Amino acid sequence: MEVSSSAKLIRKASLGEFFDRIRKGGWRIVGPVRATSPVIRREPGETPVLWKEVQALDQLDLHATQTTLSPKELFFPAVETILKYRFTGQKVEIDPLESDPPQTVLFGMRPCDARSLCTLDAVFGWDYHDHFYESRRAATTIVSFVCTQPDDNCFCTSVGGGPGDTTGSDLLLTSVSESAYLVEVLSSKGEALVAAASELFTPATGADDKLSCLPSIGKEPDAAGISQKLPSLFSQEHIWREQSLRCLGCGTCAYVCPVCTCFDMQDEANLSSGKRLRCWDSCAFGLFTLHASGHNPRKTQAARWRQRVMHKFSYLPERLNVLGCVGCGRCSRACPADVNLKESLKQIVEIQG
Amino acid sequence: MTSKNIYEPYMMRIDQVVDEAPGIKTFRLLFEDQAVNDGFSFRAGQFGEYSVFGEGESTFCIASSPTRKGYIECTFRQVGRVTTALAALQEGDQVGFRGPYGNVFPIDEWEGKNLLFIAGGIALPPLRCVIWNALDWRDRFRDISIVYGARTVADLVYKRELKEWTDRGDVRVVTTVDPGGETPDWTGEVGFVPHVIEKLNPPSEDTVALVCGPPIMIKLTLPVLTRLGFQAGEMFTTLENRMKCGLGKCGRCNVGKYYVCKDGPVFSFEQLSQLPAEY
Amino acid sequence: MATMIETAKELLQLGTVAVVVGYEKGSGTRRRALFLRAADQVDRLVLDERCAQNLAVYLSKAEVKELGRPAIVATVATLRSILQLASEKQFVEGQAVFIAIGQSGDARVLSKLSEIEEFVRSGSSVGGEKSDLEVGPTEIQALPRAQRWEFWQDELSKCIRCYACRASCPLCYCKECLVECNRPQWIPVGAHREGNLYWHVSRAMHLAGRCIGCGSCSEACPVGIPLYLLNAQVAESVSTQFGHVAGLKADATYPLSAFRPEDRESFIK
Repeated sequence: MEVSSSAKLIRKASLGEFFDRIRKGGWRIVGPVRATSPVIRREPGETPVLWKEVQALDQLDLHATQTTLSPKELFFPAVETILKYRFTGQKVEIDPLESDPPQTVLFGMRPCDARSLCTLDAVFGWDYHDHFYESRRAATTIVSFVCTQPDDNCFCTSVGGGPGDTTGSDLLLTSVSESAYLVEVLSSKGEALVAAASELFTPATGADDKLSCLPSIGKEPDAAGISQKLPSLFSQEHIWREQSLRCLGCGTCAYVCPVCTCFDMQDEANLSSGKRLRCWDSCAFGLFTLHASGHNPRKTQAARWRQRVMHKFSYLPERLNVLGCVGCGRCSRACPADVNLKESLKQIVEIQG
Repeated sequence: MTSKNIYEPYMMRIDQVVDEAPGIKTFRLLFEDQAVNDGFSFRAGQFGEYSVFGEGESTFCIASSPTRKGYIECTFRQVGRVTTALAALQEGDQVGFRGPYGNVFPIDEWEGKNLLFIAGGIALPPLRCVIWNALDWRDRFRDISIVYGARTVADLVYKRELKEWTDRGDVRVVTTVDPGGETPDWTGEVGFVPHVIEKLNPPSEDTVALVCGPPIMIKLTLPVLTRLGFQAGEMFTTLENRMKCGLGKCGRCNVGKYYVCKDGPVFSFEQLSQLPAEY
Repeated sequence: MATMIETAKELLQLGTVAVVVGYEKGSGTRRRALFLRAADQVDRLVLDERCAQNLAVYLSKAEVKELGRPAIVATVATLRSILQLASEKQFVEGQAVFIAIGQSGDARVLSKLSEIEEFVRSGSSVGGEKSDLEVGPTEIQALPRAQRWEFWQDELSKCIRCYACRASCPLCYCKECLVECNRPQWIPVGAHREGNLYWHVSRAMHLAGRCIGCGSCSEACPVGIPLYLLNAQVAESVSTQFGHVAGLKADATYPLSAFRPEDRESFIK
């Protein structure tokens, strides 16, 4: 992995100053914050980590393996107004919708999430350009930190990514010593941030070895193999049924996933005005494909599980040349029934014939 | 900065409401904005998302021909929340329209051929756009036949137009109702559509067949057409699926890797044979 | 003294049941549901303090029903759910049998509803003891009202309407959930303040007198909302007002739809 020639160093002790200078420069900062209120925990010490707007560096948890919800909510919120209208007597008038997102820095992304932006870009820009998504995307700078503590659910290396991957980031910070981060400046947005505090940065020397600082994440299963294999497995019902027997049909996996983009459109109105909302939806719900006639092309949870896997690993790659998975592991961590995607993919790869 | 909001519909005014059959209506819609009206065009096969503000959107094909400017028409059955709200609207009321979306019938490739339209029940509307398009370009095609069936006489849609097509003299129209669905004065056929087609024995050479109907009708009609010599590449249909955005983003209308809203709704039966049988 | 594994093996080998629904080791330190059909794989079954998921939820899943008559490895939470389901005519005696472990460690097969009631009454059960409930209902109740409202507004703002809470609850078995009705759309679909409040309050009310307090909803919530607090509050209310506790008797009447002259509402006297 080549480190770009414009790489710099910043002392860890100066990170707080960099943070403050970004805010002074007019950017709003959103980053991973660990929840502290009384909650149920799945693992000792593991309260959820959520994306929140912050005012100081020490509010952030930069060491959590992953955030609980993905950063897609900063570009594609769980609920969003896409149309506003007013009733005057019998007439309807559409009201203008302001779309002026503030300049934002996501401070504390992981490389897998930065990579997810490529897939989101592809879907929201496919022929019709979704300006709600694209305007937020244009106004956001991504500052990512190379992973130091992946867990067993991570499988980024199996889907073309890695803990030090630069794809999608504007700045990528690697902890190369006790006292310093290597900073790869990957875009003009990244340059603009560095320029806001240029004296905090020194040029990187050849001795700052990024590669040796990357955790090792074993590559399995092989995603390319899966994409080729899946079409032939479509009608093998028993595979999908067995893998999804314990699935409860909630929307958790789709909602925590950084690249799931399925949505519902719902009107909420009273006698004087209303809104059309775009809301997250999941192909795991029984209602997702239910026709008004009562017919449902995906009647069983097995058919819905198959859709999830096929969409991510077969349809998206074939149609838009992007994979529908970045190996972040959130779906497996969050699933209440412990349906583990990495495990399911391994099973598929191991099927003979 | 205002970028185009791809989810914002055009404002339409209901110009005409026709009660086609129990629970089925046709709306003729005019664009409220003259500039939009002048710039609007579509091709036969495309669909739109029709809004009732406050209730939501519903997906219907554009049932009028693209050769007729200044309005669009849609025909729908009252079956859920939005269609019930639509059915309560009157002439002069407003609806929203987003579109045109989807692919088109390759009507340009059919010049010089015979056209055979086969439809059942509420599935005549998706073919009506092509029928009128073809009739408006009548001399580009050879024989045009329409075989249309419904459960009962009352369920036939476009009753007035069926008569208009029959009376033209340059179209062969065969209407049928299911056994037991005829009225005492019914002069059309009695029998299921596949049987009527067998009886009609249409030639398959240089003929394009457009088939649209409930799954059972299609399932039983295809073998008849195949026996008559129709190739899968010359038979077309238009699919329906649960839709929301209509433009390839909400992720719900796909059959295998094909999105009905982008790769369809028009498919040849050759293409369909490659899709997983998710229906 | 038969073990759970020996019992499961025998039930499968004799053909008494077609499937044993139990727990096995899952990802990391987690436990997950296992649908065991092959008697030679019974060693996969485990039952320990981490087995907290309420397996009664699978009774209403079509693809599990298709497997045939089950034996369900049951913690006391699962058994209480079954009693509640039986009192709502959603469970018929004999439809499934239950493998329950008493404190003495021996496995018992419970098939009659009266046996289940007795086991629950005995107060001894193994499985699912790991409790992550940091804060009890009384601590939240002790807060002044305005602060309690703030607490819930804050917690419910995290809700993304994934319905993991509903999906993991054995008593949420409605074929069409209230939130899925769109004529009218009683509960807004969007994950905003209003919609989230309506959803969680409605669900808590629908579970009034029915929730047995297994905590699966809160375990399932990906953003850690302590939903159990809502249900515990309502359960306490039902207990105080009606003297009713869910999931103890198979023939209990539902207090919110039954009238007795001793009921406390003064307006009806």
